[in-house]
Amino acid sequence: MKWLLVTVIVLATTAGEVLQAIGMRRHGEIHDFRPGALGRVASTLARCRYILAAMVAMAVSFFAFMALVSMSELSFAVPVTAASYIIETLFAKYLLKEHIGRTRWTGVLLVACGVALLAFE
Amino acid sequence: MTSPPKLLKLKTRIVTAIVVVANVLGNSFLSRGMQSVGALISLSPVPYIRALFNPWVAVGVTLLIVWLLSHMALLSWADLSYVLPVTSIAYVLVALVGRFLLHEQVSTARWVGITLIMIGVSLVGCTSPRTTVPHDREAQP
Repeated sequence: MKWLLVTVIVLATTAGEVLQAIGMRRHGEIHDFRPGALGRVASTLARCRYILAAMVAMAVSFFAFMALVSMSELSFAVPVTAASYIIETLFAKYLLKEHIGRTRWTGVLLVACGVALLAFE
Repeated sequence: MTSPPKLLKLKTRIVTAIVVVANVLGNSFLSRGMQSVGALISLSPVPYIRALFNPWVAVGVTLLIVWLLSHMALLSWADLSYVLPVTSIAYVLVALVGRFLLHEQVSTARWVGITLIMIGVSLVGCTSPRTTVPHDREAQP
């Protein structure tokens, strides 16, 4: 049950965050942080299909996470769901066409090793 | 219209801090609340909705909404491959909350993991938050 929930969380988070990144990139950089301007951003985003799909995926991931923390410790639940992060970095490179230089790859791999140590020691 | 690099970095730091703090506190409150609610194994939405009325869970959910919105704002200008590792500093903070607030045991392997994450995060933090051409600039050559 625990591992089923972890799988659901990882897949839903990957889909949700990649869709969020696509939707927000289409929207463009947010410059104005005043409430009125943020309200206009929200109403634009509410009509973006990528953002709506992202919200559905994040909701699935949230409720599965809620079930997971109800039956396991936070110090297990949080690091183990970081598995999504390796898959997402690959999506960032191949789907979002981000340029991941040597410094960033090194950092990403160090973080991944660290997360693995937290999750599986 | 895009921000000059210096402003972009400052803006990125501030919003990243909000993302991380909202995530750590939101998850800690949610976890504390779900422990008092008890194990949830159900496909029906009713027990989940009932759990939302637990005050710890309610505060946790509010903070996680702040997390989601600030995360979206950050992704409007920063790369996903930048946001992911940089916001992983949250894993370190969760371990520290566990050690010092919830008095959990933190083993040597876990401290090594925390150190690796901190080095990795500072390396990624040194790179430019954006490596792609912004969409609004792409549209007008």
